[in-house]
Amino acid sequence: MIPLSSLNISFASIMPEMLLTGLALLVLVLDLFIREEKSVLGYVSVIGLIALIPVSARTIEAKASFGGMVMADEFAAYFNVIFIIAAIFTILISMDYLKKMNVRRGEYYHIILFSTVGMMVMASANDLVTLYVGLELMAMSFYILVAYRIASARSVEGGLKYFVLGALSSGILLYGISFTYGASGSTNLSEIARQLGGFQNPFLILGIVLITVGFGFKVAAFPFHVWTPDVYEGAPTPVTALLSIGSKAASFAAFMRVFMVAFPAFHAQWGEILWMLSAATMIFGSVVAIAQKNIVRMLAYSSIAHAGIIMMGLLVYNDLGAGGVLYYLLVYAFMNMGAFAIVALFRNDRIGESISDYSGLASRRPVLSFLMALFLLSLAGIPPTGGFAAKFFVFSAAIDARYYWLAAIGVVTTAISLFFYAKVIFYMYMREPDGEAVMPESGVLYNVVLLVTAFGTVFLGIYPTPFIDMAIKAVKPLLM
Amino acid sequence: MPFTYLPVLVMIGLATAMAIGALFMSFIFRPRNPYREKLSPWECGMEPVGEANRGHFRVHFFIIAILFIVFDVETLFLFPWATILTEKGLSMFVFVEMIIFIAVLALGLIYAWVKGALEWV
Amino acid sequence: MEQLFFYIFAITAVVAAILVVSMRNAIHSAFFLIVCLLQVAAIFVLLRSPFLAAVQVFIYVGAVMVLFLFAVLVLDVGKEAFREHMHSQSVPSLVMVAALLVIMGFMMFSGKLTVPPGAYNEAALAKNTEVIGRAVYTKFVFPFEVVSLLLLIALIGAVVLVMRERGKGADRNKPEDI
Repeated sequence: MIPLSSLNISFASIMPEMLLTGLALLVLVLDLFIREEKSVLGYVSVIGLIALIPVSARTIEAKASFGGMVMADEFAAYFNVIFIIAAIFTILISMDYLKKMNVRRGEYYHIILFSTVGMMVMASANDLVTLYVGLELMAMSFYILVAYRIASARSVEGGLKYFVLGALSSGILLYGISFTYGASGSTNLSEIARQLGGFQNPFLILGIVLITVGFGFKVAAFPFHVWTPDVYEGAPTPVTALLSIGSKAASFAAFMRVFMVAFPAFHAQWGEILWMLSAATMIFGSVVAIAQKNIVRMLAYSSIAHAGIIMMGLLVYNDLGAGGVLYYLLVYAFMNMGAFAIVALFRNDRIGESISDYSGLASRRPVLSFLMALFLLSLAGIPPTGGFAAKFFVFSAAIDARYYWLAAIGVVTTAISLFFYAKVIFYMYMREPDGEAVMPESGVLYNVVLLVTAFGTVFLGIYPTPFIDMAIKAVKPLLM
Repeated sequence: MPFTYLPVLVMIGLATAMAIGALFMSFIFRPRNPYREKLSPWECGMEPVGEANRGHFRVHFFIIAILFIVFDVETLFLFPWATILTEKGLSMFVFVEMIIFIAVLALGLIYAWVKGALEWV
Repeated sequence: MEQLFFYIFAITAVVAAILVVSMRNAIHSAFFLIVCLLQVAAIFVLLRSPFLAAVQVFIYVGAVMVLFLFAVLVLDVGKEAFREHMHSQSVPSLVMVAALLVIMGFMMFSGKLTVPPGAYNEAALAKNTEVIGRAVYTKFVFPFEVVSLLLLIALIGAVVLVMRERGKGADRNKPEDI
């Protein structure tokens, strides 16, 4: 018998999730009444999300609530802000994009909001059951969003691939969760750590391996990345942006919380697995990206390489490394979103996909080309952008913790990655325009997104200290 | 405790025996004179074209099936809910949470209705 | 006695599962899957989990199989598609299954797979459904409410991906719009 008072039911701790669910349901109902002008739903969603930022950034006393299911600490708040920022940008660039692609259905907006709820649930999950349910909510929304342009065969193919592999990875994750439950007798993360102590059990090792594989799929780490290029290419470009930022950040949030809270005693074991995964992912992502001719596929492989670097921060397992993960994901949200916004602006059904379509863009659109170059240089990690600060932070944390080889691999792959990012810049500035591909006018919404992301990318590079301090403070509770 | 399920097992056994028995009996007693026209599928007196098992199903059935699954899951959640509904101190809390659960799903039903998923055009 | 029934159910389940993957006609496979799932439900009863058995029968045998059959019929998977059912993937998959079996068997017989006993004994499990209800509706109330959103999004997804928008949005793919 569990008395209700021991559950610690605190609605304040799930306030962001509750309000966002309310917003999503409101947009769903509005969708039923507004027949013609669906972009109204987009504006309602954006206004609601902006109003939600202060609520989700505020943290209350960090204490597990709802029977230990939810932990609304600063860690969750930091991630919630990343998710909301990513969702706002995505919706802003979607409104024009959907018109261009002639998709007039209104479900898009509330599905994005529901996926954001799923991400928030994942970031604040203190129990494997909550984590799994949040992950499924996020993944289910993305299956629909990727296949959203049902008239396009590529979109549907991408959706199907993502669905099959996503369902497989959820199954593997669930299998790992059940082994962990079998070994420890609990699904609560802190309870698992207490029950296990340092006791080794083949069941538990199996559970840890399977959970790593499941998360490896979600963050697109090397042997489990196969879905990434096709899905990124097929999905509507704003969805790709949200997939590469929100889904990755949420999976890393859950990854970190599970491994740091539940399995701290087994760092030696999972550290080795993650070392190999991280090194392989960095090398594979940046080497394969060189050969890509399609810009979305190139960005897909670049996002794989970034996942490897972020994993390095998780592997280091101290406040610098884990804080580095958070800071990296924040910077990544700005720079990657900016790059994808320009790709979404340029991309049409046939043109604007190949890197050679960017030839001579600088002479026609100097400002857009400059911004694209800025985002790509930031992704490559050139100072004074945010990408440099983030990479520097993660690499120095790795060197501090004596992961010299891994840091060396990271630096070398970063140098390799400069090749393919610079290729786009080279095309934009050095080549003559070939006439066919014409960049459409960027509307007000695109301009807002591009300016904010560019400002964020530069600002996070010049003045990173407060954000790094916040990130380090946010991971403190995980490291106890 | 599993012995309480003995009647279920007996019933399954009897039902299986009846089904197999009926088929077996008709196998023994039926008259046999097959010829080509009798064995061919009936197609308005024409020579049959293609195969009979290639039915063309409407995709619309799929939405009905998904709706069925969603509300089937909801029904299953009601069973354990009903067993603890009468418990003192818990009942109000448990009642309200199930109302929220059902309200969200009802919204989904209304959504499907307004979008015309329930219409058979 | 219970052991005997367990072996009956387990062997039937395995045989049915093998038939599922070796049948040429997808509809026959589906019917063998029903047999297999029913055996699993019976094993749940032997494991003192009548509620899970009910879930198995309701969700899997009832709803999921209906969906499966609909999918088979909608996609019109005839016999042709299954003609080459012993394709190139069957050898590696057989090797994998054999390897998994050997590893599991080795670990089980060498006594390496040990699990701490759970919190519930036979007496507590007599009221299995109540035990589950008390856990789901008190401790797991938050994930339970998230499940309602999950079901909602599944429903929305089905409508979005299957239904064509009526009215003005229906005439998409106009070339001048691209």
